[in-house]
Amino acid sequence: MAKDLVTPPPTAQRPSAGGPAPGRRQPGVGIGAKAVGILNGGFLLLWGLITTLPLLWAIISSFKTNGEFRTDPMGFPSGLEWDNFARAWSAANIGQYFLNSVIVVSMSLTMTMLFGAMGAYVLARYDFPGNRIIYFGFVGGLVLPVFLALVPMFFIVRNLGDLPFVGQFLGLNSYFSLALVYTAFSMPFTVFFLTAFFRTLPTAVAEAGIVDGCSHFSLFFRVMLPMAKPGLISLALFNFLGHWNQYVLPLVIMQDSDKRVLAQGLGVLAAQTGFRADWTALFAGLVIALLPVLIVYILFQKRIQAGLTAGVLK
Amino acid sequence: MTLSTPAGRAPAKRARPHRPQTRRASDPMRRGKYLFIVTFLLPPVAVYAIYMLSPYLQAIYISMTDWSGLTATQNFIGFDNYVRMWNDDQIRTALRNNLILLVFVPVLTLALGLFFASMLNVGGRRRNAAVAGVRGSSIYRVVYFFPQVLSIAIVGVLFKYVFAPESAGGIINTFLSKIGLESLTRLWLGEPRYLIWVVVLVMTWSFVGFYVVLFSAAMQSVPRDIYEAALLDGASRFTTFRKVTLPLVWDTVQVGWVYMAIQAMDGFAIVHIMLGVNGGVEGAGDVLGVAIYREAFASSRFGYAAAIGVLMLFLTMTIVVIFMRVLRRERVELG
Repeated sequence: MAKDLVTPPPTAQRPSAGGPAPGRRQPGVGIGAKAVGILNGGFLLLWGLITTLPLLWAIISSFKTNGEFRTDPMGFPSGLEWDNFARAWSAANIGQYFLNSVIVVSMSLTMTMLFGAMGAYVLARYDFPGNRIIYFGFVGGLVLPVFLALVPMFFIVRNLGDLPFVGQFLGLNSYFSLALVYTAFSMPFTVFFLTAFFRTLPTAVAEAGIVDGCSHFSLFFRVMLPMAKPGLISLALFNFLGHWNQYVLPLVIMQDSDKRVLAQGLGVLAAQTGFRADWTALFAGLVIALLPVLIVYILFQKRIQAGLTAGVLK
Repeated sequence: MTLSTPAGRAPAKRARPHRPQTRRASDPMRRGKYLFIVTFLLPPVAVYAIYMLSPYLQAIYISMTDWSGLTATQNFIGFDNYVRMWNDDQIRTALRNNLILLVFVPVLTLALGLFFASMLNVGGRRRNAAVAGVRGSSIYRVVYFFPQVLSIAIVGVLFKYVFAPESAGGIINTFLSKIGLESLTRLWLGEPRYLIWVVVLVMTWSFVGFYVVLFSAAMQSVPRDIYEAALLDGASRFTTFRKVTLPLVWDTVQVGWVYMAIQAMDGFAIVHIMLGVNGGVEGAGDVLGVAIYREAFASSRFGYAAAIGVLMLFLTMTIVVIFMRVLRRERVELG
């Protein structure tokens, strides 16, 4: 964010040596300062390259033939090998995994936002005994390591699968159970963030709604939710990325190979690639997995950065 | 939901913030409130209690059993799992690795994050500008942040091949031999002593951008005239950073530090994908998260896995408490 200010720039070597004329090349910028400047620019560029080159390499590799990849991993492909993507999509099952991810995340994101907003709203704006206990019950979950919960969670989900009628939706290898698990693990942060957000909304509007005869329900859905939209969108982006990228939870819940989600499926594919000797299909799969996130990121770049960092600062 | 919900949602009494002024409107509102609060709290509390809270509570009991998960019965064996863990060399390796991650990943990430953020925001000294970002700083910010939105699984797969041997397309080794540094090529993922350091590098790679953006936001809120004053006083870049920038963003650094420490305890996806479920060659790259997963779902020692989980909980809590204590003291000094 280069904000140009009117003050002329004195330098480290020669502080304010007789008001330099603006518009002319700074005489005070010595060779030392210049060298430091170039060095700094160099570091920034270097890190930029370190960040982008592995990703570019993956994208370039996804267009090579396996022969090209093995003999010349750094070179450019002679042609575009679109077949890699076809193999990744169907033979390596990435298409199925992609679909699974879409199904699970659309369910989990809806539930997380709806339940999170409902809980946070009540906790933020209604006074009742036990309010604080429930609130800290949610927020305390922020520091619990997920790994401790893995074992019992697996058995809870497995046992719920034995229930009559609903069992098929609540057991292992079910989209709905995985979505419920995602929702549960997103609750601490969602409730924490949204409670703070609902508290900041003005009370006058709510009071006006009540005077107009709104019920509590319509007040929430027709007045408060629309008002909370900016906060909800930031948080939805945050949760979308979190759910889409989740790895360990589906590893436990989705044991059936047809039900794997994208991140998990990619991990399995990477483990098998050595035997299949099909590296370029793996890279094509990687690019398929990377593209939606890249697109969402480019579209909502400012908002995502603000949303994710606000998460730490709140 | 056919499931019972835990207690703790006592019926409501009084609406606090937006109590209506008119008596007429308040009465029906009050009657509906009980129903409303219960209806709204039921779904989130139920899902959270069943899928998140209750597993944690059960884990502590399971950690004191010899449960294999296959049998219906589980024998209570007290602290036997914990004693066994104490004598388990693999767990020691995992614990050592977690401590390495805990020390090196935050230090590297925060140092690089602060350095790049200060470069981007106050590093430029251009004509007619006392403090400015360097050229292209907004592009850098977009690029640097990108690894943060990638799935950690994608990062793991990618770096598995970046560090692979030359014959499998490993790009680091290929690059080193292309520029004539063949002596530096290594089997990065094949030699026990390198494994955890590769994980440190990969985690740092994926985290730095996030902290660049976080610290940038903090630095943007520092008033420009402070920098101008420092520059007029002839402060060097380094002095400006140490005496002006750092103290003013220190609060953010602290928060980042605690958050970072929690993240560094993880490392599961990277180790699991890059090194495999056994933690790589001779298990030298093992971390606690992978050990838990392996003991439970590969070896069916659920009781033991839960005990390792309790160890991890204990460690995380200790770290959070220590960090908060130490950092709070420093904050007082800086006043």
